[in-house]
Amino acid sequence: MNGCDECNKRSPIDRSKIKNTEFTIALAGNANVGKSATFNQLTGVDQIIGNWPGKTVELAEGLLQYKGHRIRVIDLPGIYSFTTYSMEELVSREFIALEHPDAVINVVDASALERNLFFTIQLIELAPSLLIAVNQIDLAEKKGITVDTKKLSELLGIPVVPTVAIKGKGISSLTDAILNLVSASPVPPVLQYGKEVEERIAQIISQLGAVKTAYPVRWTAIKLLERDPEIVKIVGAQNSQVVETADTLAKEIETMHGEPVCVVMSAERYLIADRIVSEVIKIRTPVDGKPKKSLTDWLDQVALHPILGYLTVIAVIGGLLVWTFLIGAQISSFLTSFLSHFERYEPVINGSLLNILWNGAFSGFVAGVTLIIPYVLPFYLILAVIEDSGYLTRISVMLDRGMHKLGLHGKAIIPLILGYGCSVPACMSCRIMESPKQKLLTAFLVTLVPCTARTIVILGLVATFVNIWWALALYAFDIILIIVVGRIAFKAVPGESVGLIMEMPDYHVPSLSVILKQTWARTRSLIWIVFPAYIVGSAVLQAFYAAGLLNPVNTWLSPITTLWLGLPAVVGITLIFGIVRKELTILTLAVLLGTTNFASVMTPVQLIVLALVTMLYIPCISTILVLASEFGWRKSLSITGIEIVLALIVGGIMYRVLSLFM
Amino acid sequence: MAQEQVEEYLETIYDIETKDGTAKTTAIAKCLNVAPASVTEVLKSLSEKGFVQHEPYRGATLTENGKKIAEKIKRRHRLLEVFLTNVLRISREKVHAEACKMEHTISNETENALCRMLDAPARCPHGSPIFPCNKGVANCAECQAIADTGTSETLRHKKVIPITDLNPTQEGQIAFIRGDCKVVQRLSDLGLTLGTNVSVTRKTPLNGPVEVFVRRTKLAIDHAIAENIFVDTAGTGG
Repeated sequence: MNGCDECNKRSPIDRSKIKNTEFTIALAGNANVGKSATFNQLTGVDQIIGNWPGKTVELAEGLLQYKGHRIRVIDLPGIYSFTTYSMEELVSREFIALEHPDAVINVVDASALERNLFFTIQLIELAPSLLIAVNQIDLAEKKGITVDTKKLSELLGIPVVPTVAIKGKGISSLTDAILNLVSASPVPPVLQYGKEVEERIAQIISQLGAVKTAYPVRWTAIKLLERDPEIVKIVGAQNSQVVETADTLAKEIETMHGEPVCVVMSAERYLIADRIVSEVIKIRTPVDGKPKKSLTDWLDQVALHPILGYLTVIAVIGGLLVWTFLIGAQISSFLTSFLSHFERYEPVINGSLLNILWNGAFSGFVAGVTLIIPYVLPFYLILAVIEDSGYLTRISVMLDRGMHKLGLHGKAIIPLILGYGCSVPACMSCRIMESPKQKLLTAFLVTLVPCTARTIVILGLVATFVNIWWALALYAFDIILIIVVGRIAFKAVPGESVGLIMEMPDYHVPSLSVILKQTWARTRSLIWIVFPAYIVGSAVLQAFYAAGLLNPVNTWLSPITTLWLGLPAVVGITLIFGIVRKELTILTLAVLLGTTNFASVMTPVQLIVLALVTMLYIPCISTILVLASEFGWRKSLSITGIEIVLALIVGGIMYRVLSLFM
Repeated sequence: MAQEQVEEYLETIYDIETKDGTAKTTAIAKCLNVAPASVTEVLKSLSEKGFVQHEPYRGATLTENGKKIAEKIKRRHRLLEVFLTNVLRISREKVHAEACKMEHTISNETENALCRMLDAPARCPHGSPIFPCNKGVANCAECQAIADTGTSETLRHKKVIPITDLNPTQEGQIAFIRGDCKVVQRLSDLGLTLGTNVSVTRKTPLNGPVEVFVRRTKLAIDHAIAENIFVDTAGTGG
């Protein structure tokens, strides 16, 4: 097991977080087929979401208890194929090969069987113990499509269960079928490709004798023929001869078809899928001949309309932000006053070290709570509704053109909107971008989006003491800045940009469990990363400050703060505090100035410039950590450096421009 | 009549026709900077050769044959423009005149080699679309493979159009996908394989993504990618 040593190290068994289970099953399938809904139906709320070791792909894990059995269920990411080498595809196949789940449930969409079976065919090759759940069978019926699940089961030689996961229909028969499958583990017949492909697969298999991989032999042979880089690496380390043979055979196929071998294989798989589908589905044509307009068609007439579409986008995103901050401000002030019964929220800078540390940690805790519960949680909740209903894909389509100017495409709007909540989950969600260049660019722009913490600063400094219009102007200015900086970064960062290719799912009423899960997944990253950073960072910084270690900072920074930015020297320290958490700038400022009426000590220009600099000058420490884990320290620190310089340049210019007329 | 002159006329008529519907004699004369009388003369001879339909006083329209030649020349012209700008670094304003002369002299082989070297560009430096070649290939990798192995090439006889040119009611079968291998792979994984029926359900403004209906699902595809997906519309109505 040469090439696979590394995989084995991060391999299975003890990784399982749910103990004492008899079986492990995995859910696999395309995106938007109701896989998450099925998972939630099977496992209830008891879920653990973890990262696949070494890869930034999340896998949800849950426990299914049924008829006295305890079954561990894994929800694999939604993918369309095993051939295009995205992280999700790699993780899914590694999971199936290395963890050897006792059964894999392939959730397929009854309305789009061909494309779903295209993936099923690849799954059968990888995981023989397979079961198909034909989901959303009710929606298909509505479209006039009837799926003969018995026939499908006969043709594929694997159990098939019809389900309507969102309503819980068919889930108990699915669970029964799972139990049957894990006890019997039948071997389904091999689905044959065309003769010229099969002959070559057989030839590769015959040479694979001594080669050992975690994957099934036939699957390995097919992947060698497709020149899959991972498999070529693993097999090549043991036997380079067979890799060469496979390459020659692939070339033969390419000469024969005149197409890249991967494309030939895709076409072959679709051929099988088409053949099966033609036998198992019946399509009723409507009596009057014309297909009825579906709800999706009606809604899309507005959502994708050249004018109404853009208005809807603005209304939805604007509404999301305004609504969040309206509720947020209410809950936040309530929480703060409640928690301040326990300990002073403002930084304490003299007294015993323990007291200072405790106060620092506590105020970090309060800041976390008053950020996450009132602002971030409602924001993600509403966003999850928008996402699960299918509308977010329409926003992506409408804004695709604009995103092109930044070298991105429509999907990038998702991390950018998330960024208004918190940069940490937003940076993580940049994984949805296809090329590394686009991932990095999106993450960079995300850190320039004012998150809730920065919104608190803008509201607290500018909206309260200057006026609301200047606060809104800062937001507008930020969007322009993102466009300008994005354009420059697009030119400067090497790498390719990939265009948008995205499925457009039908609209549907969002499922509560999926929304809660999504919201939790995003908030969770905040709790594990932001909370500790808040608490530790704020305690340590406060202790440093109390010990007088930070006093010289104001002096060092004064050329920048006073001369260049025109701010009071005292903000030097607040900006240092702000690295830990952005809204700490405003709290520290209150303590240092001895007043919360900032207008009495700072001019409107100073307030605006300080808010602007705080918005841009550095990603907070949690974001820097996340950037480092996603892109490495070098890139993370480069982004940090660029933003410090950017904030100083913009802040300095703004100070001078505003001073002319204010 | 010299071949070059024929091609130049067909090209001009093609341009005017796409703009105005029919090419009036006076318009052709103005474009080519010749006397209207000699235009009438040439049109008559082109009509005899079966390249144009010429109705006196109303103007000329290209026949299928004439259009084929005009599009081939246009393709060469625009490919040459890309070559002159991107490779030889000649300024964008000058390349049109230069390409106008070169387009009549290059061979099929040169044309296709140019196309491969330039990675099958979709648009000329001025933004006009470059038509796909008429080789019997399913994608650019196939063209490359044929060139590498020296296999004799076949010609595609069907007329293909980019899916972005499909009417909302029209359906087509995928005949050829131009461009990067990875994109072709992603498209074929999502069901856009050779010969598959596709239709365009919606176009968004400003050359935004195109909504494509394929295998009973809808995909949003970037406009630049979509205009590289060519379909055969023969026999599917519309």
